[in-house]
Amino acid sequence: MADREQAEHGATTDVHPGSAPQAVGPPLLVLRGVDKHFGELHVLQDVDLTVGKGEVVVVLGPSGSGKSTLCRVINRLETIGSGSITIDGQELPEEGKGLAQLRADVGMVFQSFNLFAHKTVLENVTLGPMKVRKVPASQARERARELLRRVGVESQADKYPAQLSGGQQQRVAIARALAMEPKIILFDEPTSALDPEMVTEVLDVMVSLARAGMTMVVVTHEMGFARRAANRVVFMADGKVVEEGDPESFFTAPRTARAQDFLSKILTH
Amino acid sequence: MDAITTLLQNYDVPAAFWMTVKLTVLSAIGALVLGTVVAVCRVSPVGVLRGFGTAYVTLVRNTPLTLIVFFCAFGLLNTLNLSLASAGSPTEVIDNNFRYGVVALSVYHASFVAEALRSGINTVPQGQAEAARAIGLGFGASLREVILPQAFRGAVAPLGNTLIALTKNTTVVATIGVAELAYLMRGMIEFNPSLLYAIFLLVAACFVLLTLPTGLLFTALSRRLVVQR
Repeated sequence: MADREQAEHGATTDVHPGSAPQAVGPPLLVLRGVDKHFGELHVLQDVDLTVGKGEVVVVLGPSGSGKSTLCRVINRLETIGSGSITIDGQELPEEGKGLAQLRADVGMVFQSFNLFAHKTVLENVTLGPMKVRKVPASQARERARELLRRVGVESQADKYPAQLSGGQQQRVAIARALAMEPKIILFDEPTSALDPEMVTEVLDVMVSLARAGMTMVVVTHEMGFARRAANRVVFMADGKVVEEGDPESFFTAPRTARAQDFLSKILTH
Repeated sequence: MDAITTLLQNYDVPAAFWMTVKLTVLSAIGALVLGTVVAVCRVSPVGVLRGFGTAYVTLVRNTPLTLIVFFCAFGLLNTLNLSLASAGSPTEVIDNNFRYGVVALSVYHASFVAEALRSGINTVPQGQAEAARAIGLGFGASLREVILPQAFRGAVAPLGNTLIALTKNTTVVATIGVAELAYLMRGMIEFNPSLLYAIFLLVAACFVLLTLPTGLLFTALSRRLVVQR
């Protein structure tokens, strides 16, 4: 038990609340004029977004605004109608080997965790490195244990996902994404399916990643996270990017009526 | 009881029983392999393969087994002369009949295996495939590492049912002269009509001996292997 306590604290040791976010490097992810329809519904309308290396972008917006879809088109879990998406200067390839390779470089953390239910926690983390990166098993396991320690669930390594709490599962999912040593990690509402008392443990891990210079696109409603860790907030409504800016000015003085309305609804309680 | 003893003394029941076991096991392996391929075709992103999978299941599942067995024996073997045994060997005819029996049983039950497996695939949440793709696994690797292992576990019970049906359906290949239990039974009835009920009882007992443990085993397996979500 003492081990676990320490491990869980270990996950947050490199967090310095209030310290400035990492400097933003050259563009890593560029979306240009991205359009997408779900049948009649125009979910993404001419979306432009540039995310620099080491930048943490939080995407906010009312439900149905297209923010999750935005997250999912970046690694082509959803296809786009028109426009272009480039990652590290490379256009998103069509379905096939190239796309698989690119996805290996783009981590993804889902709202519902999606850990492989038939594999242990450790196997969940080693699968990608072993099958995609061809890392030898012993090396992959060693690295996986290190990552599990970093997110504070090392003691659960041999359990199955269903035996873990939601917060632990989500931290394993983050470790699984990290194991691929991605250039960027996408978070699709990572805390929305969690019990309130488990939200912090996941956010702490995410903040520590942000501080460590990971490039992140985070779809979330967690204002606290946005203020602590984001370089930029992107506000979406009806499939469009309505407003963007640094977190402090966005939350204290939103410019558009749509954003003011949204913030008044979520901040009054 | 005397009647059973007489039958066991005069006929080689163990040999026929063993033939039924061989037919069952080999056909089960064949059906599992072929059925997996067909199921994978049905969920593949390639339209042509999906079409093939659907056509296979629709066509084969709705064709009587007897017809498939006869087609193999008379169509492929006798008319097209596609021999599966080495020519001129003393057991050529027996080997051909047995092997075509296995082929027919495999082909027929593959359609049921494919359907059982597809229902298993449907028990795997969409998110599992998305997570697999998101870490860079391709279609094949996603299936192999993530989808199929869970699909098989979800399909254990229906696969068990298919295996039991297959065990009993091996009797159909008696029609092309494979010396399994039903073939033996026909011979016994012909020459010992007075022992009719004993013969039925004996053959039925042989099948129960095979199918009952299968059923128990698969029920236990389906409980043990279930994927916790």
